[in-house]
Amino acid sequence: MLGLERKEPRMSAREKGRRQFLKKAVLAGLSAGAIGTSAGAQTAEPGNTAPDLKKLHAYGERSRFETAARSGTMGDMYPPGGMPAGTPRDFGLRTPLQDTVGFITPSPLHYVISHAHEPPDIDPHEHRLMIHGMVDRPVIFTVEDLKRLPSVSRPHFIECNANSSTAGPGGAARVAVEATVRETHGFTSCSIWTGVPLSLLLDRAGVQKGSTWIIAEGSEEGKHAKSIPLEKALDDVLVAYGQNGEAIRPEQGYPLRLVVPGWEGINNVKWLRRIKVVDQPYMGMMESTKYPSLRLDGKARWFQFELGPRSVITRPSGGQKLSAPGFYEISGLAWSGRGTIRKVEISTDRGRTWKEAQIQGPAHSKSHTRFGMDWTWDGEETILQARCLDDQGEVQPTMADLAKIWGVDLDFFRSTSIVIGHFNAIQPWKVNRDGSVQNALFV
Amino acid sequence: MPCSSRAVVPLIGIVMCVIATGAQTRDYKNVGRSPTEAEIKAWDITVGPDGKGLPPGSGSAKDGAPIFAEKCASCHGQNLQGSPLGPALVGGSGTLTSIQPRQTVGSYWPFATTVWDWINRAMPRGHGESLSAGEVYSLTAFVLYKNGIVRETDVLDAGSLPKISMPNRNNFVPVKTSEIWEHNKRACHTGTCP
Repeated sequence: MLGLERKEPRMSAREKGRRQFLKKAVLAGLSAGAIGTSAGAQTAEPGNTAPDLKKLHAYGERSRFETAARSGTMGDMYPPGGMPAGTPRDFGLRTPLQDTVGFITPSPLHYVISHAHEPPDIDPHEHRLMIHGMVDRPVIFTVEDLKRLPSVSRPHFIECNANSSTAGPGGAARVAVEATVRETHGFTSCSIWTGVPLSLLLDRAGVQKGSTWIIAEGSEEGKHAKSIPLEKALDDVLVAYGQNGEAIRPEQGYPLRLVVPGWEGINNVKWLRRIKVVDQPYMGMMESTKYPSLRLDGKARWFQFELGPRSVITRPSGGQKLSAPGFYEISGLAWSGRGTIRKVEISTDRGRTWKEAQIQGPAHSKSHTRFGMDWTWDGEETILQARCLDDQGEVQPTMADLAKIWGVDLDFFRSTSIVIGHFNAIQPWKVNRDGSVQNALFV
Repeated sequence: MPCSSRAVVPLIGIVMCVIATGAQTRDYKNVGRSPTEAEIKAWDITVGPDGKGLPPGSGSAKDGAPIFAEKCASCHGQNLQGSPLGPALVGGSGTLTSIQPRQTVGSYWPFATTVWDWINRAMPRGHGESLSAGEVYSLTAFVLYKNGIVRETDVLDAGSLPKISMPNRNNFVPVKTSEIWEHNKRACHTGTCP
């Protein structure tokens, strides 16, 4: 036991409702006692108490004592009651990184950002992927066709460019002293993705001379489309059908999603239905108006693609409590969109000194990487932080470094009204004398 | 390492096969099928900034006004001022260098073709691809007219739409799209920014 106490995750009413709904679907017929207090409102029909054990064990459930949950801004933008019935909403659900171990995120906890729709309900037998445009042999694949082709499995993180933004939707919760690492860094998750290299599919289609970009398009309402340089498409992009050993979850793009390692989440097109090979970026709404970073000089940086190096301590982290002075392993995650994490350093004394942490490898390219370091807490107030270096030589910046890049003072980051993209600053956690741990970004 | 000889290497009692990864050794050209021209046409809704992919049809702001009132105003507001259900589509000029920038079609969007494409594929919300090409041209013209970018009677079509110069077009870095994939021209690293 590490002696760390965890706060009960807070759940919105809607989330509770959803959890209850899911439990009802899976556990229909079980006695209420087996369900746990978090879904206490749910009771079984009297006289229908015999559980269908065969059904129950056919697809395993976690222990009823485990409560890690995503949480986020579902409904925040269009509050319930304030909108016409049936109006789709944007939502963003963050991963509780403080409750994950190792470097893989369980699929049900992978973060979700949805622009104005619920995940489509796609029958994989009906789904098709078309590759066309500047190719010699336009082609349509079924999902079964893709499974006939040589596959690879690789761990990669997917991260929203707005992860850790100090402003915009979720910004207030991210900078609050009571924020957990879910609120500060929960828009990143790491899975082992299984699929076919896009380079192989493009080879099958026969890319023509003069083509320089692809456009990847989803099949959901609004058909999100993203332009990606052909060079990247031929490098390490996957058309994935598997996530952590099973089919991709509906919220993650079932049955097919593009995995574009290390690049802004928006590139990883879900519910993938079409790839067009072209000779220019096509300037879709998201890439040309929503994802550029607007700076105070009025210039917006677009197509930023690679996510910079980051690390964050997940234990001890915001909202947790050290029970007494003594030994604790400091544990965290590091990742970089440009390559492999080469080094992580930890400071336990407000940044005065830094010690090299142990990378609990193997460290994979463009993947979360777990690091750890022994630490003995002396019971005094202090600040814990981590910083990392990737194999391209890029160092995780401080918030002051980022302010310099942006040409702003530190207060800009919480006074502006817009999302701060690519905010990969070092995250400080303050340990108080009573053992409580708080977000100290603006301390 | 190519496996032209299916290299079998005995190594400490274990037989290892070096498997080729080269495309030439794998015959997957028969996996998948060719789409028909009609299928490609039906699926391909891509519109480029140079107008590639824009369908026949046309419309003016005058044509667009009643369509906007019927299908768009409930979210974007009668005067395009926005509401909790949809963003403002006008205004914001001169705010981009403030800490409360208002990024609208008029003040921010770099390409008129993106307006057409987004209306076509995603609007009205929940009913993407429900509008005719003419309706999309008309609505695009109406939104641009309300931003002072075209005149009320200007007719937009596949020829004229891509020629529209958007006010904020040159404020994206790098300006030249050909430079986008030069990493040092688009991205900021610790301490430096192009």
